[in-house]
Amino acid sequence: MTAPIETTSASAEAQPEAVLAGAGRSQIEGRSLGQIAWTRFKRDKAAVAGGIVVVCLVLMAALAKPIQAVFDLDPNKFNQDLVDPALQAPKGPWGGMSWEHPLGVDPGFGRDLLARVIEGSWVSLLVAVGATLVSVLIGVILGVVAGYYGGWVDSVVSRLMDTFLAFPLLLFAISLSASVQDGFWGLTGLPLRIAVLIFVIGFFAWPYIGRIVRAQTMSLREREFVEASRSLGARGPFIIFRELMPNLVAPILVYATLLIPTNILFEAALSFLGVGIAPPQASWGGMLTDAADRYEADLQYMFVPGLAIFITVLAFNLLGDGLRDALDPRSK
Amino acid sequence: MSDDATDLTKRTDAPATTEPLLKVEGLVKHFPIKKGVLQRTVGAVQAVDGISFDVRQGETLGVVGESGCGKSTMGRLITRLLEPTGGRIEFEGKDITHLSVGEMRPLRKDVQMIFQDPYSSLNPRHTIGTIVGAPFRLQGVTPEGGVKKSVQDLLSLVGLNPEHYNRYPHEFSGGQRQRIGIARALALKPRLVVADEPVSALDVSIQAQVVNLLDDLQDELGLTYVIIAHDLSVIRHVSDRIAVMYLGKIVELADRQPLYERPMHPYTKALLSAVPVPDPRRRQSARASRILLRGDVPSPISPPSGCRFHTRCWKATAVCKSTEPPLVELAPSHRVACHHPENAPDQVPTDTEPLAGTPAEDAREVPAADGAPPG
Repeated sequence: MTAPIETTSASAEAQPEAVLAGAGRSQIEGRSLGQIAWTRFKRDKAAVAGGIVVVCLVLMAALAKPIQAVFDLDPNKFNQDLVDPALQAPKGPWGGMSWEHPLGVDPGFGRDLLARVIEGSWVSLLVAVGATLVSVLIGVILGVVAGYYGGWVDSVVSRLMDTFLAFPLLLFAISLSASVQDGFWGLTGLPLRIAVLIFVIGFFAWPYIGRIVRAQTMSLREREFVEASRSLGARGPFIIFRELMPNLVAPILVYATLLIPTNILFEAALSFLGVGIAPPQASWGGMLTDAADRYEADLQYMFVPGLAIFITVLAFNLLGDGLRDALDPRSK
Repeated sequence: MSDDATDLTKRTDAPATTEPLLKVEGLVKHFPIKKGVLQRTVGAVQAVDGISFDVRQGETLGVVGESGCGKSTMGRLITRLLEPTGGRIEFEGKDITHLSVGEMRPLRKDVQMIFQDPYSSLNPRHTIGTIVGAPFRLQGVTPEGGVKKSVQDLLSLVGLNPEHYNRYPHEFSGGQRQRIGIARALALKPRLVVADEPVSALDVSIQAQVVNLLDDLQDELGLTYVIIAHDLSVIRHVSDRIAVMYLGKIVELADRQPLYERPMHPYTKALLSAVPVPDPRRRQSARASRILLRGDVPSPISPPSGCRFHTRCWKATAVCKSTEPPLVELAPSHRVACHHPENAPDQVPTDTEPLAGTPAEDAREVPAADGAPPG
């Protein structure tokens, strides 16, 4: 009996909103958590700036080849006439800056630095994003399973994380990169180097994200909505994918964004050490190695890849911090 | 089972004296305490330690007790969110004590739960429509007219605007959220609803609304409730029968009227005397008769011997320390576990020497100096 009565009272409640809308005021609308986070994110100037830079970088990396074609920038074209062979440095001031070569040329072969920075961007971003995806995939699966099931599963996964964190990553990366021969996984040359870098970096960075996901899962598991779901007959996989995952997306997104710059730096470090991307392929780390050999003759060469790495890492970090503040304001 | 037959004939005032909907016998839940590298069990928290009761079709059983007495654990045991250590749970004559998750699944339709905290019992990332529609999806039920229509009907049933289907939990107040939780629990038309502190997280004015909603829904849908609470006024308002728990045991189980008018267990009496009195003229006399319990609830890891209440009871004697009192029927459908009950003949009249070190009559609060109790 009460049901129809309640329905009419409910529609009566709805009327004031309709009246408001009729009076020319915008209707009061519910906002989802995503919309609220977006409003909060837009207020954070630094994060928005970081986001814009990141978008530009991604566009630059994705469109590297077309850009080079349109503006006639060849990263591997030698311009020996622009280099002074006696000084082993570009002719002219500021590392050979000119209208044709806005960032100058490299002191060894006179290659255009703008072209090489653009060429290096897609390598850096591809390795960093790829490695981050690998670590997010492994970290999220193992972290959620450990956090949700607990007990011996948690003990095994946690010890595994400790082992990986204690591993001398740099030594492992150097020896692995040096020992992988052409033809491994059916890949040769550049694709092989990129695949090895993604695998090595991604495989050793997952415990960081795994620990965060595990801790978040453990705290979510105790919330009553999980118990409510169980009391309706839900099993583990349903609870993990339908109840827990939507709550984990925000922290995963934030830490993935913060992991990308770390991986960019790591890729640069490996290339700098000569075990990453091999020349003549342009990469930011490789350019730094090159510049380090010639800093007395041409100091400016070092600033170009250095600034590229600096701006990229800073932009990703600002974006990640902004995302964290917007998506998870309590963790500030 | 002859005991039960006599019990049933005595309960003439009960709403329906048919087969009980839920039958609990000697239910035990011990949480092991593990220590060290080898995770050896060094002890156990005896959260629920042998309780027996029936819930009859259509009635409301109130379960009351102070924090940590095991009432929430009891609620999670009868909904089988926890695995009992011992004892037996029967739902509609079917033994569900040790059913696996899969075997329990079809029964979940009939036994539902309302949770305490309306802020943590709704997934913040799901819309109200998803939350209230989850029971249909999980049980593979396609209701008449589709899930969306059923959800909107449920929302209006609990007094919410059905147009708020697409909103998120954070857009609602605590009372509204609790209504959403109730709508979810009622989605599959359960037989038994276990409400674990359904109103203790709400403002007092909202508590009344939610309690009355539960009452109306019971009349309308013929629900059976087990309502767990620590608030005696809420329990008094909603319950037909009341079980009082202390340290994992039921100490008194009776119909509402007799329990509030003639409490037999000293613990029940102390609890009732502690209910705040809003009327300032009556407050003085209420304060004069207030019984202040000394000390804390003992640890459920090593509960006291004999009667578990003897460490805080002003009537305790030697027998209380040595022998555990059984839960016996001292008046029609009024069961109590006490050697020296109030409002009933003493069970061990020979033992009169108060236990050394127990708070005797001084447990009663001395009236405040500014107002003498009216003669």
